[in-house]
Order: sequence, then structure tokens, then C-alpha cells
Amino acid sequence: MRPTAIRQLKVLVAVKRTIDYAVKIRVNPSQTGVDTNVKHSMNPFDEIAVEEAVKLRERGVNVESIRVITLGQTKASEILRTALAMGADHATHVELPDGADMPEPLGVAKALAAYVKREPVDIVILGKQAIDDDAGQTGQMLAGLLGWSQGTFASKLDVDEASKTAVVVREIDGGGEEIRCKLPLVLTTDLRCNVTVPRYASLPNIMKARKKPIEKLTAQDLGVDLSPRLETIKVSEPPKRVGGGKVENVDQLVEKLKAAGVV
Amino acid sequence: MLSRRCLRLHGVRRLHASRALRQREPFDASKVERMAEEVDVCIVGAGPAGLSAAIRLKQLEQESGREIRVVVLEKASEVGAHIVSGAAIEPRALNELLPDWQSRPGHPLTQPATSSSMLFLTRTRAIPMPHPPQMGNKGNYVLSLSQFVSWLGGIAEEMGVEVYPGFAGASLLYNEQGDGVRGVVTNDVGLDRQMRMKDSFEPGMEFVAKVTLLAEGAHGSLTKTAVKNFNLRANADPQTYGFGVKEVWRIPEDKWVPGKVVHTLGYPVDYKTYAGSFLYHMADRLVHLGLVVGLDYANPYMSPYREFQKLKHHPYFADILSGGERIAYAARVLNEGGLQSIPKLHFPGGALLGCSAGFLNVPKIKGTHNAMKSGMVAAEAAFEAIKQESESPADMTAYEDNMKKSWVWDELREVRNIRPSFNTPLGIWGGMAYSGVDSMLLKGRVPWTFRNKISDAAHTKRASECKPIDYPPFQPPLSTDLLTSLALTGTNHAEDQPVHLRLPPGPEAHKAHVQKNVGEYGGLLGRACPAGVYEYVEEEGKPSEGSWEGKKLVINSQNCIHCKLCDVKVPTQDITWTVPEGGGGPKYSASASAFQRITA
Repeated sequence: MRPTAIRQLKVLVAVKRTIDYAVKIRVNPSQTGVDTNVKHSMNPFDEIAVEEAVKLRERGVNVESIRVITLGQTKASEILRTALAMGADHATHVELPDGADMPEPLGVAKALAAYVKREPVDIVILGKQAIDDDAGQTGQMLAGLLGWSQGTFASKLDVDEASKTAVVVREIDGGGEEIRCKLPLVLTTDLRCNVTVPRYASLPNIMKARKKPIEKLTAQDLGVDLSPRLETIKVSEPPKRVGGGKVENVDQLVEKLKAAGVV
Repeated sequence: MLSRRCLRLHGVRRLHASRALRQREPFDASKVERMAEEVDVCIVGAGPAGLSAAIRLKQLEQESGREIRVVVLEKASEVGAHIVSGAAIEPRALNELLPDWQSRPGHPLTQPATSSSMLFLTRTRAIPMPHPPQMGNKGNYVLSLSQFVSWLGGIAEEMGVEVYPGFAGASLLYNEQGDGVRGVVTNDVGLDRQMRMKDSFEPGMEFVAKVTLLAEGAHGSLTKTAVKNFNLRANADPQTYGFGVKEVWRIPEDKWVPGKVVHTLGYPVDYKTYAGSFLYHMADRLVHLGLVVGLDYANPYMSPYREFQKLKHHPYFADILSGGERIAYAARVLNEGGLQSIPKLHFPGGALLGCSAGFLNVPKIKGTHNAMKSGMVAAEAAFEAIKQESESPADMTAYEDNMKKSWVWDELREVRNIRPSFNTPLGIWGGMAYSGVDSMLLKGRVPWTFRNKISDAAHTKRASECKPIDYPPFQPPLSTDLLTSLALTGTNHAEDQPVHLRLPPGPEAHKAHVQKNVGEYGGLLGRACPAGVYEYVEEEGKPSEGSWEGKKLVINSQNCIHCKLCDVKVPTQDITWTVPEGGGGPKYSASASAFQRITA
């Protein structure tokens, strides 16, 4: 697959609608999942991804377009509007039937790969993981399917259009790893990626974004099969922490240890 | 979960702020340029009143063919996230607004009320007592008001109303002469705690509107300024309030009686304090229960939160809740002033709707139907005013005139003496005796009207005159500490923004506040706030400005659940609740799946 002429970069950002991070989640009565009847928002790491795309353009890199895409049910279009209000140019909603299972990372990666084949881009930016499944796999799988470079857990991105490469600083245990990647590139953003927090979607921008059209596609349009390969057997809360007790002195401690059969 | 811990590193990101702090410019309201949008009607608050007004306006647009641009601003991150009620709704106004509501998909009125009863609680017993006919619930529905409002919001949007959640009405726009309102300004975002502009600064927008409708719920912030600036209370009593603390529980099948409505009086408060509880059984084994305490309570040591936790251990409640799981927690003030406390309802360019005006029927403890009706009547008056196409601020007199001729006024007139009758030295005994006679026989047809003479804050006695209350320790799972409950509200406010709970400026004001509140009133707000926002703490080390005798006030504004208790009850009346950055605050959704929401 030939990359596009690098003179003008095309960027794709993939976003996911997840339960809002401030909401206290609860396992549903049938223990098959969590109660989703609560506030949802754009996955915070995906907000960082959108912000990074917009900042790339603001830094002076020649970005021709920022496309944003999501796979989700009807309400997922809300986060596309937010991304448009933050500065994205074009939005695509791969609609899933209401009530369908949440797609798995492999399915999402396949869908994104199919989309990229239709609409070639130079950089795909994703959040490093979604806060609902914490999988952290989609970006890596996408890079594998496309055969592209990957810069994951990125805290810094510098694109050199002339040499068609990018320098990515990755967050690793103990510091940062700097790698040079050939474009096209899959980037997954970590917390420190934007130097400042993602911008607010201002009301004037939201009002403009409401008027922009959103492209609607289905999994069939992309020719991918999103049926799940994993079956969730049970979801349960972690066991309640039993409170500890305080002891007055060493003798009491020894007594308790003996009673517990440890000493 | 790893990701949630990662997110708390947000605090660490402060270190990476690109603009050095000392380079930030202070915000100057007079110099900021704002974008302006012209609309016909700007409604502040996407609650039952605001949305009914919006829907009615669009109906009038369809009927007459005259286009009208309606914008609704809502400070919550989504419609329904900031509203709290029991609720047992009377569908009277809904039947007028949307006669075909039963055939609309997804409506939340799926659980009719099946029975109503009233209990008098002693410490150990629950004694059935007769209740006034107004407290019957035949024909009513028990539901989550969050879900109801969310459903109404969807209908409004379908009809072409522009609803903007996450944007608060922060101030009123006045005309040049200063004698009329010409719209609303939304909140500025991106100011830091010292009111300087961060990189993310975005000025609020101006909505220039021919008619501005304030539907902020009880004790609205813009309503407060409108009442003051236009002297709307000149011929009305001060508004008085109750404070509701509630929880939602999922209970075992054998305890659940769908549609059952129960109200109680008595325990846990003494006969001098006006308080009562509600317990409504909804669909899906959910019960909504809460305690409403009159904010004219005298003892500053009282904590409505702890009274409510105490209530749950009463055998009647403990029996229903044990084996259950707590799902939600919320708190909010509500109007108790009735007819006597309704201010003038309109001002040049706008009007007050719903609980912002104060239409709650206290004996029924219902205000939603009245709020919706007021929204509809206001919409009709606004539409007429707009058709006039006059240069001067819209005249909404017709709204007030028509409200006075409506069933809302009849209802409120009938029950006007009931709540005030509890304010004699006989406390609830006097109240129950008078209310019994009035509600069953006289029905308000008497020549006298008891007045609400003084504000709730002024009712507070000094701590020295009252006994401290020894609350029992919390016993999870039935009763828990406040911060554990608070986590259930999902409340959050973006960091590093100005504190939205405003004292008068300067350390002297702080000092005076601490001196009076701690010295004379036992640190009332520390006990009363249901979110742990206010703390009067011992200072360590050198006393700072604004401290008094080694004590200072700490305001944890990010905990705020927008209940407005502080603004109403602080004895020094020096705290003004203002809107924080839009989208902050609680995220109530009351998982009462009375209807299945389509979720991702």
C-alpha cells in the first residue's frame, strides 16, 4: 500500500465512547457486565489523541485533514461531535446495532485497517487503552495488520515531513524510549502526551460541529466481521476489604499471630 | 484499575503547564471579547420547567408557522444529571403538554403508584396514620426524575430545540439602560484558582435573546441576582426551603412492592423540627428513599445527612433495606415557601419558571407538574411577546396573569397555610392538628394566610443555646460515612478553576465568616453540607490571613453536588453559590431502569 505524498499529512484518530471516568461503576444484577445506564464520555486517552492531532497542526506540521472515527452504537456519535468541536475536520461513525456486544480490539483493529485502505492516511493516532476494558491492544494490532511502524505509549511526537519519519518518545518503566519511525505510523498516546490538558470544546465550536455531517458506515461496508471471539462468563466486584485491627502492644500482636495460626 | 490510578496523575501534569504560572494574565471581565449568538428564547436549565417551555415554544412554532430559535443551557454534563427528586409525578401537566405521551417510545412513566400511606415513627415503631387527601397518589407514577428529564430533553431536541449541556448560565446580559435583561452569558472556562487565564482559556458566549427564561430549580444562581436587581420580592415573603437527602437502593424481591408510596413523620427528629421521609418503590426492585428537613431548623449542630443515616436504622427501614445494595446518593434544597413566597414572576426581558419561582406544593411534596405548567404558560406568553417585535425588552406580564388564573395557583392557594402551621411553638403537633383540619375540611378557604416572616438562615439559634447532637456511629452497609456516599454521586469538577462558592473578597471577610460561624454557630456548614465541602480546621503554624483564633475555612469546592444548602442556610449569609465550569458537578442518572435506555 503506497503512503500518500507526505507534503500534506493525513491523520486519522480513533476514539471510543466509554463510561465517564468519574462515575462509580457497578456490576449489573445478572453479573454479565457493568451497569451502563450512566454517564458516558470520550475515553480520556482518546481525548489526548484528538488533542495531539490538533496540536500537530498547530505546531506547524502540514496536516491536510484530521479524520476521526469511532465504532459504536447510536450514541457514540456524541463523542464524534466533541472531536469535531476540538478541531477535527471529518467524522466517521461505524454504527453497531443497539444492544450489540462491545467490539473486541482485534475486531476494531480490522475495521480500522479496512477503513485506512479506503481512506489512506499517514498517521493513525489512538489512545493507549480504553478505560473500560483496559486492553491496550488495538493500536498494536492495527500496526500489525497494516504492516506499519508503531509508537505506543507515546509522550511526545515529532514529525519530519521531509524525511517521512517521526521521532516518538515512549513511556517505559524507568523513563522514556526515543525511537525513530518511518511513516506511515500508528501512534498510541499516553497521559503526558499533550503538554497541556486537552482543550475544552468551546460552545461556538460545538455549535459549528453540530452542522458538520458525519459519515455513517457499517461493519459490512468495511467487510469486517465483528463477532466476538471471547465470551465473558462472569463479572464480579473485588472481594470487600475486611478492615484491619489495631493492636496496643507487641504481646497483643503475638497473640493475634498465634490465633491466626501463623506463628 | 490501573487506568483510574493513572488518571489521578492528572495532578502531576500541572508540572508540565507550558505557560509559566507567573506569565498568566489576570482575567479582566471588562476587556474580554465574547462571541454572540442571537436567539429568540434562551432558557437557563434543562429541567421539567425549562424543557416544557422549550417544547411548548416549538409546538407554537409548528402551529403558527412562525419560526422561533430556542436555546436551552444546562450546567450538567448531560440533561438529567443534576436533578433530584423522589419522585412520584402527577401527570397533569404532561397530559396537557404531550397528550400522546403514552404512545411515545421510551417514556419513563411505566410504574404507576399503587398505594399511598403515612407512618408516624417513634424510635422503634411505625404507626400508621391518616394522611391528608393531597398526599394520595392515585393516577401518579413513581419514577426517576433524572430519567424523566432526560426523556423530555430528547423530545425537545427532536423538535429542534438546541440543548447545550455542559454550559452554564453564568450571568445575565442587561440592556444599555440597565433596566431590562437581553440574554445570558455562559461561563468562562480555563481560569485558574487565582482567576488568571490559562492556555485553555475560552471566554463564555453571549446569547442575546428576546426572552430569557430562568428555570434553574430551587434557589437558582441567576434567579437570585434577578430577584435582587429587579426587587422581585418586594411584595412576597422570603423563600423558605427544605433540604432533601436521598439514596437509591436495590432491595431483595421479597421486600419489594412496586408502586408503593410511603411517607413518614416523627423519628429521627424532635417535634420542633419539620422533617419527614419518603420511600417510593419503583421498577426493577429499586427504592428511592430520603429525608426532607426544613432548613428553618434551629439547632446548628444538626446534620441532615446524619439524621438520614440514623433513619435507615429504624426497624421499618432497616427491614426493607437489609440484604439490599445502595446504588445512589443525592441531595438538594427544595422550596417550602408556597404561595406566600412566590416573587413577582417576571422582569423586563424575562421570567422565572418552576422551582426558581417556587411552585412546589409542600403537602403533596410535588412540584414537577407545577413546574411544567409554568414552563408552558411562560412559553405562550413569550411567543406572544416575540410576535410583537418591539424594540423594548419583552413584557412577560401575561405569564404572571395567566399563572394566577391557572390550576397551579388554585392548588397552591388551597395548601398555603399547611407548612407555616408547623412553625408555632407546638411544632409538628400544632402543624398536624391544623393541617388535618385545613386539608380535610377547610381546604384553605379561610381569610387568613400565615406568613413566612424570616429566612431559614435567620431561624438558626446560637450554638450556645442548643445541645450538641450525639449521632450514632456509622454501621455499614446500612449507614456509611459521608465521603463514601459522596463517591456515588460521581461528582467532579475540573481542577485548578476558581472556587465557585464565593465569600466577599478579602481576608477580613473570611475572618469575620470564621469568627461568627465557628464562634457562635458551631461551624454549621461543616455539619450541614452533604458533600463535605466546608471544613473549619485548626491551622498549623503561622496563622494565615482570614483565620480567626487559629481556625480557618477550607472550601473543597470540587466535592460540591450543587445542592445550594450553603447559600440558603449559612448564618452569616455571606456565601454565594455561583456556577463552576460547565459539565462539573454530580452525574445523577438513577439507574431506575423504568425504561431500557439505549446504551453503548
